[in-house]
Amino acid sequence: MATHAHAAAHDDHDHKPHGWRRWVFSTNHKDIGTMYLVFACTMFFVGGSMALVIRAELFQPGLQFVDPQFFNSMTAMHALVMIFGAIMPAWVGLANWLIPMQIGAPDMALPRLNNLSFWILPFAFVILLGTLFVPGGAPAGGWTMYPPLALQSGDSFPMMIFAVHLMGISSVLGAINVVVTVMNMRAPGMNLLKMPLFVWTWLITAYLLVAVMPVLAGAVTMLLTDHFFGTSFFAASGGGDPVMFQHIFWFFGHPEVYIMILPAFGVVSEIIPTFSRKPLFGYESMVYATAAIGFLSFIVWAHHMFTVGMPLAGQLFFMLATMLISVPTGVKVFNWCATMTKGSLSFEPPMLFALAFLFLFTIGGFSGLMLAIVPADFQYQDTYFVVAHFHYVLVPGSLFAIIGAVYYWLPKWVGRMYDQKLATWHFWLSAIFVNVLFFPQHFLGLAGMPRRIPDYATQFADWNMVSSIGAFGFGFSQLLLPYIILKCVRSGAKASDRVWDGAHGLEWELPSPAPFHSWETPPSAAVIARGAEH
Amino acid sequence: MTAPREALRRANASLTAKLGLMTLGSFAFGFALVPLYDVLCAVTGFGDQKALARAAEVAPQVADESRTVTVEFVAELPNVGSWEFRPVLTSMQVHPGKLYETEFVAKNLTGHDTIAQAVPSIAPGNVAGYFHKTECFCFTPQKFLKDEERVLPVRFIVDRALPKHLDRITLAYTFYDQSIRVGQR
Repeated sequence: MATHAHAAAHDDHDHKPHGWRRWVFSTNHKDIGTMYLVFACTMFFVGGSMALVIRAELFQPGLQFVDPQFFNSMTAMHALVMIFGAIMPAWVGLANWLIPMQIGAPDMALPRLNNLSFWILPFAFVILLGTLFVPGGAPAGGWTMYPPLALQSGDSFPMMIFAVHLMGISSVLGAINVVVTVMNMRAPGMNLLKMPLFVWTWLITAYLLVAVMPVLAGAVTMLLTDHFFGTSFFAASGGGDPVMFQHIFWFFGHPEVYIMILPAFGVVSEIIPTFSRKPLFGYESMVYATAAIGFLSFIVWAHHMFTVGMPLAGQLFFMLATMLISVPTGVKVFNWCATMTKGSLSFEPPMLFALAFLFLFTIGGFSGLMLAIVPADFQYQDTYFVVAHFHYVLVPGSLFAIIGAVYYWLPKWVGRMYDQKLATWHFWLSAIFVNVLFFPQHFLGLAGMPRRIPDYATQFADWNMVSSIGAFGFGFSQLLLPYIILKCVRSGAKASDRVWDGAHGLEWELPSPAPFHSWETPPSAAVIARGAEH
Repeated sequence: MTAPREALRRANASLTAKLGLMTLGSFAFGFALVPLYDVLCAVTGFGDQKALARAAEVAPQVADESRTVTVEFVAELPNVGSWEFRPVLTSMQVHPGKLYETEFVAKNLTGHDTIAQAVPSIAPGNVAGYFHKTECFCFTPQKFLKDEERVLPVRFIVDRALPKHLDRITLAYTFYDQSIRVGQR
């Protein structure tokens, strides 16, 4: 029979390949997802160590531990490592693990491309971290790479540019894979408006990536040719304009901010209904709000650069467009609150992280609104207020959502339950220390402390000390995460297939741990209907 | 089994190709932002600052003797030590519509023959459209021998159409050493 011959030909696929070949040559979405997540976790600790160097130096006024050049390298490298090495790969890893299981597909649409897009990353980061050891030191002009300063960073400059190129290629390939998977690989009957919100938010994120990562690639290519081939895109002496770099960079940079937060919205939209034991309130409005945020992200970039000089009409436009983003974001926040209203709430670790996300991300959103106001921004520009703002949306925002997602789906991935008591400890330590760490930075910024400086005036000493204590508390608390995961993998109790009694979605219809190959026969209409109760 | 598989493979290939094209389009768009930026600067009221680096062709105007505008001159160097650069006069009182000439002085202290390029800028920014230069050392790169000192003239007309509330204009030049470009010119 044809089917039997077919099954025999694919027999070897049903067994996992062993040893290093399983990972290096992997085309399996679950293995690649795992590699992405392990990579992201590693980079999270590398970038975190850099943050601790910064906070150690800022513990007291004066120069104690590092010289200013190295301090500046740490601020630039911390940002590059955390954005491109930790947060973005973590989202791609989660997409790999979850999207095929959630839409009833056997794997990602382009498995070999998937392998390539992951394996580019370690090379990119060997190059980027290699800059720490070249003459002149690592890039020290900030992750934004503004010319002319970025052009003056010695041997690290071309390495940084090539590393950014590689990261860009990796994330564009990952994004293309997600779009093709979601558009073409959905199980019959899984129409677009039945998809879980994590898939929806990732689909929109993937389009943002395809639209803006190449623009960053173009901008850094222009830097490269300005430096080595005598072009004058940004060199004033040749008729170029350094301010133009800022426009091109932030045309990428602002959508990039949403690339890091939209999948978080998706994760929270799945965790909150599960632990409220209610369907998500306003599913369709969530989808439209995500699309609206994606669209608006393209027309607000200049709010990052109000002080460089801009016509009044431009300032007004970018101010109002920026404020407009709070409307769809508000829709989301109210929908999550409405989902919990009269729900039967319980507070397992994923729910705790989702609730902290909701509360603390909103604080970050509000400080963003303050920064959007042009006259106020003139004072806040380049102060610790900005640092506090974007860390509130990135750490208790994106990062907490990633940790929440790991605690939510980990039992499904490994088939074992983790130590929930320890994870609750991880939550409370993180949630308290993250505020000790970043909340005082609002005060420092309002009092006028500039960012990216290794030393400061003595009136800033007290809150810097508090912030540094928070940083070390937060940093060391994170060591619990790999410990909890390893303990779970080795000796966790057997997890049930549904894991959480309120969980809905196709991934929970699979056994725990999810088999190496899942949904090789698409789920039936009844299973999809049961899974898509949102 | 094979027919739907083949159809899926083709659908994947076609969507991947489209997304690949989109990626290339975005890359090209990044470069398209360069000319777009100049156009936007020209139309959003900042005036086209790049016009300052080109010779203006203006119809002769009748001087408006009833009005006096102060033009200030600023000379800047991106880094200290390798050049001397200053205006001969730091400011002039001018009548709109009349042609004036003033001078800057530059001295090459780099220790070798080189080329320099002055880049003009004007404040307030929206005056750019009313400040016409018929001759300027900034129009072309300037060759300097080792230790050469030279007087660099600039001729300009402030347009009679200059908005009435403006009575003070600052013209600044930044003087860039272009020795890395010597071989290319």
